[in-house]
Amino acid sequence: MKTEDLFEETLLAITVNKVRTGLTMLGIVIGIASVIALTAIGQGAQGMIQSSIQSLGSNLLVIIPGASKTFGSTVSAGLGSAETLTPDDSNAIASLSGVEAVSPEASGRYQIIYNGSNTQTNVLGVVSAYPQVRDLQVAQGRFITDSDNNSSARVAVIGPTVLQDLFGSSIATATPDMAIGQTIRIKNVDFTVVGVTQSKGGSGFNNQDDMVFVPLTVAQHFLIGSSQYLSEIDVEAQSQQVMTQVQNEITNLLLQRHGISNPQNADFNIINQADIVAAASSVTGTFTTLLAAIAGISLLVGGIGIMNMMLTTVTERTREIGLRKAIGAKKKDITMQFLTEAVMLTFGGGIIGIVVGWIAATVVSSLTSITTIISLSSILLAFGVSAGIGILFGYYPAVRAAKLNPIEALRYE
Amino acid sequence: MRQIIECRDIRKTYDNSGVKTPVLKGVTFSIAEGEFVAIMGPSGSGKSTLMHIIGALDTPTGGEYYLDGKDISKLSDDDLADIRREKIGFVFQAFNLLPRATVLRNVTLPLIYEGVAKEKREEIAKQALRESAFPEGFWQHHSNQLSGGMMQRVAIARALVNNPALILADEPTGNLDSKTGEIVLHTFQSLNEEGKKTIVLITHEAYVAEHADRIIHILDGNIVRDERNKNKRMAKTENL
Ligand SMILES: Nc1ncnc2c1ncn2[C@@H]1O[C@H](COP(=O)(O)OP(=O)(O)OP(=O)(O)O)[C@@H](O)[C@H]1O
Ligand SMILES: [Mg+2]
Repeated sequence: MKTEDLFEETLLAITVNKVRTGLTMLGIVIGIASVIALTAIGQGAQGMIQSSIQSLGSNLLVIIPGASKTFGSTVSAGLGSAETLTPDDSNAIASLSGVEAVSPEASGRYQIIYNGSNTQTNVLGVVSAYPQVRDLQVAQGRFITDSDNNSSARVAVIGPTVLQDLFGSSIATATPDMAIGQTIRIKNVDFTVVGVTQSKGGSGFNNQDDMVFVPLTVAQHFLIGSSQYLSEIDVEAQSQQVMTQVQNEITNLLLQRHGISNPQNADFNIINQADIVAAASSVTGTFTTLLAAIAGISLLVGGIGIMNMMLTTVTERTREIGLRKAIGAKKKDITMQFLTEAVMLTFGGGIIGIVVGWIAATVVSSLTSITTIISLSSILLAFGVSAGIGILFGYYPAVRAAKLNPIEALRYE
Repeated sequence: MRQIIECRDIRKTYDNSGVKTPVLKGVTFSIAEGEFVAIMGPSGSGKSTLMHIIGALDTPTGGEYYLDGKDISKLSDDDLADIRREKIGFVFQAFNLLPRATVLRNVTLPLIYEGVAKEKREEIAKQALRESAFPEGFWQHHSNQLSGGMMQRVAIARALVNNPALILADEPTGNLDSKTGEIVLHTFQSLNEEGKKTIVLITHEAYVAEHADRIIHILDGNIVRDERNKNKRMAKTENL
């Protein structure tokens, strides 16, 4: 039997009962479409989370003060609130090999006033290395410099959200020009605005858009008070490869400096950006797998629908099968015919499913903030899976058809 | 004259989980090329069982069967399928056409399994339809739009396309009224006389059997009489 004849026979057979064919295919269409759409959403979410973690900075290690544990008790202070990190620690870290830049930070939350407008926000005492380490750009003006720190200059760089809160109004958008050179009050201390940072579009607790940056020395003396402790030290490693090594070096250095022999009792925590990415990826990966599994179940149901229809078809067409065998069709010819029928159904359903899934994913990404990623691999997978389902669920009915005894089949009523 | 069929002591016993039913009890006969033979007997006498063996749809449990000079009594299912495709054309009581396919497609069906190209297939099929006196105006009709007599002529045309050594018809007029049955019998007669086809017709009706040149009487699994038909009936053609 020629391949083109096989396809023609199959096409003829499945177009005989269009409604039934359509309904059977619908199961596969829904299955494949949900696989495509849900993995697109999952992968899109994964991509978004990863890029937002990457935007924190590159090759970043974040050191925060942490639980200092004492004998017999596991009382620990909240993360970041303990006072264990000092500027000297920061300087020591800067001299380690593999460290590109170090940014010590001290933060507090204060009322900020400008000309009657006020806002409550995070004020961060920083050094000149901050923009490099945390991947921040200045939109206009300049950032905090080393000489600002040395001379304890009362200058401030504000984020775009603060700019709008203080200098804008509900009807007008503030421009950096309106702020630079102006004086704002933070905790009753006057600061001159020297720069405005670019928006990073972040949100939540660590939103760099809603922040005021001042020299670290100024923050320590005028805002936080006498304390010389740091709230955080950000370290940029020279490369991705040395991050773990740098992390170990810092751990050892700080343990030694703080006189702690047992690493279990460390009074600081080091967060590795790669770990966050990995953790987030594994969460979103699990999420995507879960979505795909749910979609897979509907695909399975679709496959069983195909098998059901094929078995019905085989029974209905018993006489036809008997005739085909009587006029010379071999087992292989019959098997191929019914298998091709099943595969054509699932493959057709698969193609429609890919299109429907694509449309669904596009609609989702246009209605929500989730960007969806339809990868070639998920399309190829969908093709493979739909053809595979056709073979898997079409095989048994096809073999049953081929096994029919022509005499019995011809006599069948 | 070349022998198309040679049956030597053919036996068939059905064995349904230990229950043995002997149906053919040693049948010996031969049919030469170009003969038109009727196998006649009452219901349950074993006619269809014999036809299945002659038609290579089944194998005997005993004896030898030579079809066109070749012993096919012990072949596998797939080898039998090859024999059927090459040597036999079937006509069934219930026509067994593909209902939603055109006449032309139905007739070309056996050639699909032979791997004949489409144009060639249709050419052969049209020739066969002409031989079986099927009106050209209906070639593109779906087979379920035809009358019984026309359906059976489509089936006859389908039996002709592989140029078989033997045409086997099991009760071909059983589902037809006497008028259309007459047309079908006429078609067989002209295929035999003008087309020189070897035809074996199975029936329980003496009237139908009398259209053949020779009648083999079968009763209870044995041949009881095998004789030349001295007063052959000619199918009336005015109905055509
Ligand atoms: N698969 C089978 N198993 C057991 N017995 C069978 C089987 N097939 C046929 N028989 C029996 O064999 C006998 C002959 O059957 P067969 O169909 O050959 O008769 P027939 O002459 O064609 O009859 P009819 O004119 O009714 O078609 C019957 O008694 C039938 O019951
Ligand atoms: Mg019978």
